Amino acid sequence: MDLWMKIGSAILLVTMLIIIFPQARRMIKESPKGSPAEWVSALIPIGLVAAFIVLLVMMV
Amino acid sequence: MRTPELVHSRALEATLATNKLIRNTYTLLSMTLLFSGLMAGLSVFLRMPPMTYLLGLGGAFVLIWLVLPRTANSAKGLGVVFAITGLLGFSLGPLLTMYLSLPNGPQIVGTAFAGTGVIFLGLSGYALMSRRDFSFMGGFLVTGFLVVLMAALANIFLAIPALSLAISAAVIFIMSGFLLYDTSRMVHAGGSTNYVLMTVSLYLNIFNIFVHLLHILGVMGGDD
Repeated sequence: MDLWMKIGSAILLVTMLIIIFPQARRMIKESPKGSPAEWVSALIPIGLVAAFIVLLVMMV
Repeated sequence: MRTPELVHSRALEATLATNKLIRNTYTLLSMTLLFSGLMAGLSVFLRMPPMTYLLGLGGAFVLIWLVLPRTANSAKGLGVVFAITGLLGFSLGPLLTMYLSLPNGPQIVGTAFAGTGVIFLGLSGYALMSRRDFSFMGGFLVTGFLVVLMAALANIFLAIPALSLAISAAVIFIMSGFLLYDTSRMVHAGGSTNYVLMTVSLYLNIFNIFVHLLHILGVMGGDD
């Protein structure tokens, strides 16, 4: 990555962090707590996504 | 006995509103994905320089944060959505050109494209069919996203390939979580969520999954 791309990328990421941070704080405060069963129901499909990506890497 | 009739009527209204929201969102999403793909193709054809990626992302984020909130409830919002997705699609041109120039480039891009589609359809289908409420994930996902952004910022200057791969993997998992979160928001909103904003949220999840899956496949699937 050349210097201007690095500088531009850094500026974009810092701007995103500044904009997203207040919204993130609000979401963290307002999010309801999930039960262990609810977390399992969310993590299983994401685990399947991970396995699928491994499969795709092996195919390429 | 009016009370049960009133409750039934309100439940039916909420269901109809939810179905309308889902239908409008996925219709607009499919149109914007098609438009974005066409813009990406145009960008590849025009052999746009690498800076296009950064400028496209920057322009899209200006539209998302400054223009979209003001226009999402009017007809102008549709134009803004197409502008955002068109810019993001156009910004992909240099990236696609780079990966297509690899020895098995077309296979990598095609696999990333198909893989993104399978992930999106699988997770959306699961969230829609199970009708589970994934709102509890919001805080965790946004925290994870902030951590990833900070890691990406550090890695611009550290340039550690393994960290770059870890960031891409983390983004894919977080965006997959956001797909579940956003889809469940649609199902449980009772029609109160704006379909223009939902479309942009889902589009960004798909966009990020595609870009980072392309990165992982490009590194891991190369002929090194």
